[in-house]
This record gives sequence, structure tokens and C-alpha cells, in this order.
Amino acid sequence: MQEHENGKMREALKLAFPAVDQELQRDLWPLMLRRMEKAQRHPGVPWYDWVLAGAVTVAFVFFPKLVLLLAYHL
Amino acid sequence: MSLLERFARGEPDAFEDLFRQYQSRVFAWIVRIVRDRGVAEDLTIETFWRIYRSRQRFRPDGNFSAWAYRIATNLALNHLRRRHSHLEVALPEDLAQPGSSDMIALEESSEHVRRAVLTLPAKLQVVVMLAMIEEQPYQEIADALGIAVGTVKSRVFRAVRLLRKRLKQMGVEHAGTREWEDARGVKTRIPGS
Repeated sequence: MQEHENGKMREALKLAFPAVDQELQRDLWPLMLRRMEKAQRHPGVPWYDWVLAGAVTVAFVFFPKLVLLLAYHL
Repeated sequence: MSLLERFARGEPDAFEDLFRQYQSRVFAWIVRIVRDRGVAEDLTIETFWRIYRSRQRFRPDGNFSAWAYRIATNLALNHLRRRHSHLEVALPEDLAQPGSSDMIALEESSEHVRRAVLTLPAKLQVVVMLAMIEEQPYQEIADALGIAVGTVKSRVFRAVRLLRKRLKQMGVEHAGTREWEDARGVKTRIPGS
């Protein structure tokens, strides 16, 4: 009975989501190369730099006088 | 030296060979889940980009295909999650209630079914797409999702139960019933037969 009900639901789902063409129509390698080149041009900021920036910001919020110390060293 | 060993050593030619060998299969797998060819192309590129970045962690005696499918499935799942949260805000509840079992009602019911599926949690949407619509083997789905076959079965069960509940809330109580089948008969009847 459960199998039968699932079969009917499957039919309803197939009707609601018609088959999609699953054949890849073009070679994606040129796009892949572009993606790799883009990543090399903009390597991005590593996570530990974000952590450091966050820690410094938090420190400035709680100890505003640290800004003066940083300014002195800059 | 095998292709996978060359890939793990970081040889660009080996990566290109692997890409060309697997791009169609990865694309087909993703499009079965997201059902959008443009999105599937982007996610295929993203899958291989992640593969390329983690090539040093790949063991040449490992299963490349299973690894690629796992990454692709996770990316597709993330895409469904983003789409799901977007839909929760954007979906209006103004669809007409299907009244009779004619073709219009069938179209409306299909629209309700689509909406009901798209509002399911992403991890249930994946099993609906792969197990119910594409009829992929449970073992393959389990491997791609990194879960047990039993978990896939229970997710299918939960998805069907939730779908019925949502369809009932939308006033579509006949999806997947006798009325539904009758309506399908109207749509699929060949003229002159």
C-alpha cells in the first residue's frame, strides 16, 4: 500500500518536474581556466587575517585609547 | 605514473585530463539536483575548483569519482539551501485552488507540487530529486551525501509525508491519487485514439 502511494507521488513529482536535458552541451574547460586565472589574480584574504582584523576592532571598541598607540606606531 | 598520482602531485595537464574525463558526469549529477543547466554549469566549475585546491589532500589510491560527486552534491545542497531561504520570503500564497480534475486543475496541481517541493528543507529536496524523480539507486545517493542508505530511505519517507501535508494545506488533496491519474489521462490522451 505504502509502495503504491509512493508510486503515485512519484508520478505527480515527475509531472511537476519534467525531465531536464542532462547532456553537457559545451566544454567547460575554458571557463575553468578563467576561474583559475581569476583566483590567481585575486588570491583573497586568508582567514587568520580576518581574525586579526576582528580582534583589533574589538580591542578598539573596549579600549579606545589603543587607537592612539596604533597611530603612534604608524 | 597514473593520472591520479600526477594530479595529486599538482601537474596541470593531469587536472585538465581529469576535468575533461569527469565534467559531463559531474554536470549531469548536479543538474539532476538543481534542475537548472546554467546553475549546474557554474556548480560544475566550482566543484572542480575545489578539487583543484584540495589536490594535495587527495590520495591517489582513493576513489576520485566518489570524491567529486561528494563535493558536487554538497555544493548543490548549498545552492538549494540558499534558494530555499530566498523562497521562504518570496513565495506568495495566492495560487488558485484546483477544483476539478481537468487539465487546468492538473497544471495548477503541478505548480502546487513544485512549490511544495521547493519549500521542503534542502536535504529533503535532494532525496526527492534524486530518489523520487530521477530514480537513482539509494546506495549512490547515500555515497554522494555521505550518509547511510537507511538515512536516505528515512529522508524519502519524511519528504513524502511532508509533501502530502503541505499539499493538503494548499488544498491539493488529490495529488498522486485516482483523480490525479484521471487528470493525467486527459492530458496524455492521444487524439483519435
